[in-house]
Amino acid sequence: MGVKIKSMKYNEFRDNETLELMKEKNGNFIMTTLDEVVNWGRSNSIWPLTFATSCCGIEMMATGASRHDFSRFGIEVYRASPRQADVIVIAGTITVKMAPVLKRLYDEMSEPKYVIAMGACAVSGGPFFYNSYSVVRGADHVIPVDVYVPGCPPRPEALLYGVMQLQRKIKQERSLIRRKAQMEDFV
Amino acid sequence: MTNEQLKEKILLLVPEALALENKQYAEFLIPAEKFHELALALRNSEDTAFDYLVNLTGVDLLPDLMVVYHLKSTKHGNYIVLKQKTSDRVNPEFNTVSDIWITAEWHEREVFDLFGINFSNHPDMRRILMDEQYQGYPLRKDFVDEINIIER
Repeated sequence: MGVKIKSMKYNEFRDNETLELMKEKNGNFIMTTLDEVVNWGRSNSIWPLTFATSCCGIEMMATGASRHDFSRFGIEVYRASPRQADVIVIAGTITVKMAPVLKRLYDEMSEPKYVIAMGACAVSGGPFFYNSYSVVRGADHVIPVDVYVPGCPPRPEALLYGVMQLQRKIKQERSLIRRKAQMEDFV
Repeated sequence: MTNEQLKEKILLLVPEALALENKQYAEFLIPAEKFHELALALRNSEDTAFDYLVNLTGVDLLPDLMVVYHLKSTKHGNYIVLKQKTSDRVNPEFNTVSDIWITAEWHEREVFDLFGINFSNHPDMRRILMDEQYQGYPLRKDFVDEINIIER
């Protein structure tokens, strides 16, 4: 049985193989109660950094508005300072001039930190993949990404699904294993 | 002032100007040496008080490079388009109008960044959209960049 999300069944998620692989890498010990409590707290209250460069930012605002509300999922407020934020949702195109700024913000965030790449531009350069002189083809050239949400722009439900996948990924972590070692194999 | 009156006024100030026909606004092609004093005269004179520079862009017509200015008067409602061009592609140089309309500072920086057209007497001539160490001028028609652009 996998990690439990309250609203969706385990087999309705699509990428369960990667999750099982991550769990095996953590060692086949039974998860201690301390781990479960810490992971429950971390995954149900991820506060993002205000970072929206282009049109996906509007979809992110629509997800945060009242119809599809993502404060139901724990994203209660946006923090303007990177030191206080947990996740950075890269909503929009990353240009060559913006890339050092993004790296600096990511470096300033404190552990544990997560990254969601939202939209086609942040995933792979999107519509600007060909014939563009100023776009970085994908945010993972700059910082390591945890969850990719494709779409141009992704619907609010798609972004919520991405947030749920991130919650599942957080829920299978072990506190004693450093997260950096866990990331190195999957980057 | 109607387009005809604007045409007479411009031809009075700069007799070598070329008036372009059959356009929506009054358009004139001005030789580069007379441009700055014409722009100053257009802003300062009472009957054509062009105090608003709407837009300043560059155009690449192979083999020439052209800069287009859209001017509007908030007092009278006149609208005029001025153009100046050069066939020097290696080192194109125009006189700046940022001492007449301050908004031209950033517009001319953009034209320099994307076309490579230098503006003399500009207070702060550096790139505005591309990276500071970037080589090349992207909006020229003969621009090729093998590193950053994936062609299709």
